[in-house]
Amino acid sequence: MTGAAALMLDLLLVVLVAFAGWAALAGRGVFRAVVFFIAYGLLVALGWVRLGAVNVALAEAAIGAGLTGVLLLATVGRLERAGAARDVPLMRGAAAWVPALAGLAVTGALVWAWFALPLPESPGPQLAEALPRSGVENPVTAVLLNFRSWDTLLEAIVLLAALLGVWMLGRDGDWTAPLGLRQHVREGGVMAGFGRVLPPLGLLVGVWLLWAGADAPGGAFQGGTVLAAVIVVALMAGVAAPPGVDALPLRVALVLGPGVFLGAGLVLAALGAGFLTLPEAQAKAVIVAVETALTLSIAVTLAGLVLGPPTAPNGAAARTPDGARP
Amino acid sequence: MWLDLASFALTALGLFFFVAGTAGLLRFPDTFSRLHALTKADNLGLGCVALGVALQAGHWTDVLKLVLIWALALLAAGTVAQLVARAALAEPRARKGEGERP
Repeated sequence: MTGAAALMLDLLLVVLVAFAGWAALAGRGVFRAVVFFIAYGLLVALGWVRLGAVNVALAEAAIGAGLTGVLLLATVGRLERAGAARDVPLMRGAAAWVPALAGLAVTGALVWAWFALPLPESPGPQLAEALPRSGVENPVTAVLLNFRSWDTLLEAIVLLAALLGVWMLGRDGDWTAPLGLRQHVREGGVMAGFGRVLPPLGLLVGVWLLWAGADAPGGAFQGGTVLAAVIVVALMAGVAAPPGVDALPLRVALVLGPGVFLGAGLVLAALGAGFLTLPEAQAKAVIVAVETALTLSIAVTLAGLVLGPPTAPNGAAARTPDGARP
Repeated sequence: MWLDLASFALTALGLFFFVAGTAGLLRFPDTFSRLHALTKADNLGLGCVALGVALQAGHWTDVLKLVLIWALALLAAGTVAQLVARAALAEPRARKGEGERP
């Protein structure tokens, strides 16, 4: 692409990101705000691609726009079913000034930091020197699973804690009920067919993203999000029934990732290498094992977040996706 | 040279369908005609753009990826159109285009 065309594209992207952000904040209606938030996430992902950060773009599109968007849409749906949905009028007067000033202050601080802080030292030479010893070729995976694996371990645990928080929202009496609202699917209908066609393809893409993450953009979080979508589509299409919180396979799948991660760290510490310090010879094997377990746990945890807390079947019935009446 | 011209023509045609589909989405009165407008953008528009870009592909695997993207978008769009239409049938408010949300 020539310089002028690239500049035009980037400027257009900047304008669109700003517009989508403004529309999400200023529009009336929660549903419309959520739709613009999703569009905003997809545009930001395009921006990351333009900056050459494909890993971040994948994560933003899958988690920032996709998963967060679905969670917000599910929240809007639940509010409407509970009769609690109301469109908050646009803030005016003094009340509007506080968040506006706070936003301006954050923007100002970021601009100040951009000019005041020294440019971060380019990780080029050091990373290039350390990368061959990390066990993988994708520098992002090397940082996430080897050099700074502490952060990733804590992220995995935070995700699990978030799911437990969602489960706490269920009623006491519903604790042993299946997760989420009941799905009603017309036998042989469009949704039932979709639920059989998409999951095999999604499975392939998710596992490929995990495997490719070793030396190309991808990894546990990106692959796990795709697999989470596969699980949700399959459950919505009635291919499988959602489990209850006391199902053993579910619990094993949830703790497998953080468990294998922690276990690998402890074993390495016991062998004298230090907690989560990967020796060069075993680095690749440890990273593949941890990422595989992590992908499964992330997929099940994210799907669990979308499904919501356990809900008794006689509660408010789910809005059926293809018009079939319960 | 001819390949480039064909790419320009096909992507331009694809973009035309996208613009037409967007105009239909904004201007048509009810859910069903809006869906009808949208399918033009997804099926023909994306198909033409993918075909135009495929002519510039360096490797046959790139062509395969483009075909996969088009096929998946087609599948998702077709399914979602059916589900939205059925939801609109069940909820008359959305059918007349009064409600701004489904």
